[in-house]
Amino acid sequence: MEERFRSVTDLEAHRRQLTAAHDPNRTVVAVCAGTGCCAYGARRLAEAFREEIDKSNLEVELRVTGCHGFCERGPAVEIYPQGIFYQRVKEADIPEILAETVRNGVAIKRLLYSDTEGRTYEREHEVPFYLHQTRVLLAFNGQINPDSIDDYIAAGGYAALGKVLQEHKPEELVDLIMRSGLRGRGGGGFPTGIKWQSCRKAPAADGVRYILCNGDEGDPGAFMDRSLMEGNPHLILEGMIIGAFAIGYPGKPRGYIYVRNEYPLAVERLGRAMEQARQYGLLGKNILGTGLDFDVLINKGGGAFVCGESTALMASIEGFVGEPRAKHIHTAEQGLFDKPTNLNNVETWANVPLIINRGLEWFTSIGTGDVSKDPWGGSKGTKIFALVGKVNNTGLVEVPMGATLRHIIWDVGGGPPPGKKFKAVQTGGPSGGCLPESLLDLQVDFDRLTDAGSMMGSGGMIVMDESTCMVDLARYFLHFLAEESCGKCISCREGLAQLCAIVDRICKGEGREDDLQLLKDLSATVQAASLCGLGQSAANPLLSTMRYFEEEYRAHITGHRCPAKVCKTLIRYVIDEKCDGCMACNAQCGAKAIQGGKKARHAIDDLLCTRCGVCMDVCKRNAIHVES
Amino acid sequence: MENVLESILASHDHQPSALLAILQDIQRSENWLPEEALVQVADGLKVPLTRVYGMATFFSSFSLKPRGRHVCTVCMGTACHVRGAQRLVEHVQRDYGIAPGETTPDLRLTLETVNCVGACALGPLAIIDGEYHGQLSTQKLGRLLKTVKE
Amino acid sequence: MLSHEESQVRSVVEFKVQGRTCRGTQGESLLSALRHHGFEVPSLCFHEAVSPYGACRLCLVEVKKGRRSKLTTSCNYPVQEGLEVQLDTDEVVRHRRIVLQLLLAAAPAAKAVRDLAALHGVEETPFVPRPGEDCIQCGMCVRICELVGVNALGFAGRGVRKHVTTPYEKANLACVGCGACADVCPTGCVKVVDADEFRTIERWHLRVPLTACAACGRGFAPEVHLTRMAGQAKMEIARLATCPKCRGRAYAADFRLP
Repeated sequence: MEERFRSVTDLEAHRRQLTAAHDPNRTVVAVCAGTGCCAYGARRLAEAFREEIDKSNLEVELRVTGCHGFCERGPAVEIYPQGIFYQRVKEADIPEILAETVRNGVAIKRLLYSDTEGRTYEREHEVPFYLHQTRVLLAFNGQINPDSIDDYIAAGGYAALGKVLQEHKPEELVDLIMRSGLRGRGGGGFPTGIKWQSCRKAPAADGVRYILCNGDEGDPGAFMDRSLMEGNPHLILEGMIIGAFAIGYPGKPRGYIYVRNEYPLAVERLGRAMEQARQYGLLGKNILGTGLDFDVLINKGGGAFVCGESTALMASIEGFVGEPRAKHIHTAEQGLFDKPTNLNNVETWANVPLIINRGLEWFTSIGTGDVSKDPWGGSKGTKIFALVGKVNNTGLVEVPMGATLRHIIWDVGGGPPPGKKFKAVQTGGPSGGCLPESLLDLQVDFDRLTDAGSMMGSGGMIVMDESTCMVDLARYFLHFLAEESCGKCISCREGLAQLCAIVDRICKGEGREDDLQLLKDLSATVQAASLCGLGQSAANPLLSTMRYFEEEYRAHITGHRCPAKVCKTLIRYVIDEKCDGCMACNAQCGAKAIQGGKKARHAIDDLLCTRCGVCMDVCKRNAIHVES
Repeated sequence: MENVLESILASHDHQPSALLAILQDIQRSENWLPEEALVQVADGLKVPLTRVYGMATFFSSFSLKPRGRHVCTVCMGTACHVRGAQRLVEHVQRDYGIAPGETTPDLRLTLETVNCVGACALGPLAIIDGEYHGQLSTQKLGRLLKTVKE
Repeated sequence: MLSHEESQVRSVVEFKVQGRTCRGTQGESLLSALRHHGFEVPSLCFHEAVSPYGACRLCLVEVKKGRRSKLTTSCNYPVQEGLEVQLDTDEVVRHRRIVLQLLLAAAPAAKAVRDLAALHGVEETPFVPRPGEDCIQCGMCVRICELVGVNALGFAGRGVRKHVTTPYEKANLACVGCGACADVCPTGCVKVVDADEFRTIERWHLRVPLTACAACGRGFAPEVHLTRMAGQAKMEIARLATCPKCRGRAYAADFRLP
């Protein structure tokens, strides 16, 4: 590595050096090493590639990259310069890849992505999943090694920082972000420019202002921020340093990145990136010789969803439990350690260098609405969604704000798997709601989903089919929130406990006629009387499922049926005539509920059966089905 | 343990604001948070024991009971839930007689749950001794746990 | 919230309540100010002596600052110039009713909760009883124990499992048995029982010996408490070891008319 850059000129000289040495025609084997692919053994795969490459004497660079976002198809390997995209790669495939693709430039069909009609696609950008996306934030995730700052610089990294330090005054920068219409990607959608402005304007006697990054991505089903932190940590750092300049210069801005405990790889990559940035003088004292002093520390969460709430997050950094604080005290003026604080989400920070590099016109040309007079007037830029569940292509989807649910789920996601029918999509995590088929043409942005009873949230998007019970789903979210609530407000703590009790009863077939009204009334109070966003949005999943799937609730309450065949008390496991008496299920049944001798059709004793489903798992004849 | 704790406290400059990180370091070292450790932290940071105890019981990652040599964490995120994560938990419960948060009497295995680790496309998922295992069935999980020896 | 000293140097401001102009100190607790002006706003977790917490949600009011109005708890909302406050709006009443019903389910044994609920027309609850019997987790005991500098109580857990306790649910050696927690408890679930020279606070698993009054011989204060007081006041214990009644009599004797 080089020495510290003393100026922007140094940085640019280094960049030129790197790009000059870069051979665009050089073959690179890029192995994805995001959490998803690592779960599929990507690290061992990379090592195996290394060994084979060394043995083969081929002129090829092995690069370990961040998350491509197509996690279900992992391990993902991309061969450059062609951009050939291989999925579900195994160690045994390596010799063939090196011989055929690397040496001869020929694609191996069985490793290519194929859609439900059997068509294969060679290049990553041709694969429908990627073709219909607008990958600007995730652009470098499959290309650069997140552990290499030089990769980032060669790809244009830190150019925005250099530009900003040389050409802009801090106040101009705040104004720029204001005019871009950038709004908080954590779900709140608060205009970033307004936040920056309030924090900059807030008096700071000792010059200390805190610049925070919220990496506590707690929504189950959301992993956009994880992918950015693991795959391109420098992008986030660059955004924060620019923010520190805009908000805290001259002065003594200090940074924290709060990463949830469940993302150890993100912590590792960010930590390494920070060290490298310090070595290059991009963090620390007198950054690029401009007099800006700014450094960042990482704080790990302890396992608490509520710490994604800004004041709870700050409390936890201060060494207290994550209890949100009263909202009339604005954290922009009195936040972390009572100092002016600016907190932005990971994806929000990632947008900052992008806006500087590509410009206002470009950014505001993407998305919905009009932000020329009012940053609340639209939703600009792209948004990354985590599309999971019953859809062919699950993974991270980056599209312009305003893309419809239909576009995301069908064009990008490839629609439901064969034989499955779309039932609902859950957006916004535990603060959001479920939307039915009739609303698939809704444009997804900060404002449009709220009227429908949901919200875009941080980007989690879970697609469901007929095998998901909407009442059980509401029950799942209520229990999640009851456990994750900080527990201070009676309306939230006791309210959620009682909502859980009522929905539990309904799922057990003990629902009562007036339950639906009671749920609505109690939900309204949980919403109106609770202090923080967790409590205020806690009833959304329940209310949205009640709104769009009322028949399902009625089936449970009046009909004592679970149409999706999920709620245990309302279903039975039945063995039909396909049973040949192989006794595989008997052996596995923990409740000893299956009777039947060898070669005789078995039967399940309803009273003993615990609905665990193991028998269905082991039955080779498909003779067991569920009834309600 | 006393010396280990002292060096952990020193590495954080005895700052009360570092309480969460201090507890994380202790759990990493001891595999759980013993009572004596919490008492020593309270003394060392000059904060009430109630505050330390409050932190230790608020955050899900901490265990106030000794944990097993092997930890199996089942993800209960939404995507994993709709793919049957609950059944995985029930399976371990049945086979090993431990509920989430509990450890087998021989201290071999601890079962935990977590609310989403961000590997949603791979659900249902469990992390066994730090290694991620995706697309699990009850049988696959059963087999994996059996291979976790001693 | 402002301390008494801080309030003293803050300016006096005017705000409106139900259209009526009132004066208050900038930054003081709105609930406190409302009550001083004779307005009735219910609460269970508010006490002038300790900082407001906002747990019970009963003190909800509607405030309007500028153009936007919203519901907020008044205990921890600061009085400001130009604030417009509405009490008992339909929304406030509706939510208060449900909160009282939740409280009845959370603390079925607490007479104070039943009485307060009845005062607001809530006699029964559609919700199922929750464990906790008579503690509403308001945290007053925690805050007063913090105020007296002992910090023997705290919240443990989170969400529906959050509860006030001593560490590890056993006697906390830091506790001096002063009973301040019992004094502020709105439901009376913290019970202090003095009997046979011992003070027992069952809720905190505490049983401590009482010091006998030097004059009448009755056990009146925990030894540990007097020790602490003596230490703080830099006095000898002997000087504190008279019970309030006997001390009163002794002072009265000093003031006999010539």
